Amino acid sequence: MALDYLDQLESEAIHIMREVAGQFERPALLFSGGKDSITLVHLALKAFRPGKFPFPLVHVDTGHNFQEALDYRDALAERIGEQLVVRYVEDTIERQGLKEPTGRNATRNGLQTFTLLETIEEFAFDACIGGARRDEEKARAKERVFSVRDEFGSWDPKRQRPELWNLYNGRIHKGENVRVFPISNWTELDVWNYIRREKIELPPIYFAHERELLVRDGKLMATAGGVIKPESGDEIVTRTVRFRTVGDISCTAASESQAFTLDAVIAEIQATRISERGETRMDDQLSEAAMEDRKKGGYF
Amino acid sequence: MDLLRFITAGSVDDGKSTLIGRLLYDSKSILTDQLEAIERASKNRSNGSTTIDLALLTDGLRSEREQGITIDVAYRYFQTPKRKFIIVDAPGHIQYTRNMVTGASNCQLAIVLVDARHGVAEQTRRHSLIASLLGIPHIVVAVNKMDLMDYSEGVFSDICIHYTELASKLNVKQVTFIPMSALNGDNIVDRSQFMPWYNGPTLLEHLETIDVSDTINTKESRFPQGRLPVQFVIRPQTAELHDYRGYAGKVASGSFRPGDAVTVLPSGETSIIDAIEFAGDHLAEAVASQSVILHLTDDVDISRGDLLVRSDNQPITTQTVDAMLCWMDTKELRVGNKYVLQVGTARTRCSVRGIAYQLNVNTYAHNEDAKVLRLNDMGKVVLRTAQPISFDPYPENRATGGAILIDETSNVTVGALMLIGNAG
Repeated sequence: MALDYLDQLESEAIHIMREVAGQFERPALLFSGGKDSITLVHLALKAFRPGKFPFPLVHVDTGHNFQEALDYRDALAERIGEQLVVRYVEDTIERQGLKEPTGRNATRNGLQTFTLLETIEEFAFDACIGGARRDEEKARAKERVFSVRDEFGSWDPKRQRPELWNLYNGRIHKGENVRVFPISNWTELDVWNYIRREKIELPPIYFAHERELLVRDGKLMATAGGVIKPESGDEIVTRTVRFRTVGDISCTAASESQAFTLDAVIAEIQATRISERGETRMDDQLSEAAMEDRKKGGYF
Repeated sequence: MDLLRFITAGSVDDGKSTLIGRLLYDSKSILTDQLEAIERASKNRSNGSTTIDLALLTDGLRSEREQGITIDVAYRYFQTPKRKFIIVDAPGHIQYTRNMVTGASNCQLAIVLVDARHGVAEQTRRHSLIASLLGIPHIVVAVNKMDLMDYSEGVFSDICIHYTELASKLNVKQVTFIPMSALNGDNIVDRSQFMPWYNGPTLLEHLETIDVSDTINTKESRFPQGRLPVQFVIRPQTAELHDYRGYAGKVASGSFRPGDAVTVLPSGETSIIDAIEFAGDHLAEAVASQSVILHLTDDVDISRGDLLVRSDNQPITTQTVDAMLCWMDTKELRVGNKYVLQVGTARTRCSVRGIAYQLNVNTYAHNEDAKVLRLNDMGKVVLRTAQPISFDPYPENRATGGAILIDETSNVTVGALMLIGNAG
């Protein structure tokens, strides 16, 4: 009898994380408080308990995160008793004299890369585990599970290593770094079904709640934290919404929803006709090759 | 609900991308914004077509979209109420043989595309050989563009006959033939109105119902080869768990139960399984593809790279190996070259003792005079390893017989190996 698909995906992810533990000296798990990285922590517990994680949780904080995600992050780290490293984009901006984007759709999203690279250098991380999935976006469809990056974090699609069977080659030179994606083969729906099956707790913003929003370019953006500056002509409304994905406030749009429970959220996702990133991520829509270009620049 | 990984081999010209696009589109797996993006991109193309170019769904990289071809291996996902699918989309041209080999390594089924106008072609032979060498048990011969041949039953039958003859030369377990038109949607998801003579399944019906359970080594009677490559040793060394030592890994094949006698390879030390742990629970049995933690009754020396096997059915352990190889580097492989070989979690240095032959992937001829193997070449080699390695012959056990060669200087994976046996 074949294993259930969620069991297979779970086992594959655990196997990949253990490969990281076995092949690298100083790995890290990139944690954002979003559902994908929350799932990774749950998988890491299955992979390594009763031992400690062989890596800290690392959060690159843009300073524009939903407070609910930050609270969740801190509570989780304390509950599981694992190390949490937080580094702030603001500090990088100051340290490196970077220009903070201004203008209508300004976001620090692209600057996260600089902070990530600085953090990798600070701790000499040789591998960073992240929650990216191949179904998210076209440029990720060809991403390897072990994605070798150079010292600038750069991704060259033409130099990716072939990955056969479940053999992962994480051999690198000093200064190089590998990004590892244990849930590469999981779809958005797989993540949600797993969360439901495992009864994983999520930050409340994933479920329908009422909040103040700004209507911009047909999308509902959170006014929380004063991150997005309203302009004349922008409408401020109060709606019942949920967040389908949790990037930071500046680039994550809300979806109107009446899904107050996990079952309702999943039912809505199954019925939806728009993809996760298409509905919610402003950063992908700048151009067709937006993600590809950002990855070449070292983006996660 | 289970999972099927299948590869689609074919090139742009025989409609592979259109077939995948049609499969996703008709099963309603393409979402509105993705469809809008394709429509926009279709309008941007200068070829003047007005219909949606479904092939654009799968060409993800900028350079591919600009050139209109598929270069790398792409992974697409969809599910129906019956099954979850992973589509491994590999380029079809001979200069990308290594990409198809890579993609095929984990697949349980291969869709080999045949253009109904041309019949069994050189690339059909090549794709079928690769599927066979990589041990893919199920093949679907998708006879496409039937609309251009008036949906002729005669054309379809001829192709089936030719292909069956071809398949007899290969190690292919099961073949299904489906006549279709990806462009018009005939027999992909919806049954064709134009081929009443065809009573077989549509492509999706076949994909949803094919039995994949015996391809992942779960049936004890067929694959009694309990194998677990050790990935990581869990030692909390806390006060409460001072003596806890767990060997973490993924069961590659067969199964393990508490009480089983096991042997550690390559050292040969033996012990008995005390307990099998998963997510804090104790299991009565661990089967293939489960990631578990094994506890043994003895304090044996085990570390990452060791292979734990059931003592009653042991693999080959040797330092001189025969293997089929797909070469993936721009630098040639020559006798005397040294590489790092990785099988399971074990790595050892090795050198090339000999090249038995280079295999012509189109004609299947053996060139025994070959002195080198070049990028995309396939052949049979003899390797000498610094440390003994343990494996099962690849045709018997895909999970333990596959290995890779790594260039010691660049660290790049340069070869894919299907280990055959002891060459000594």
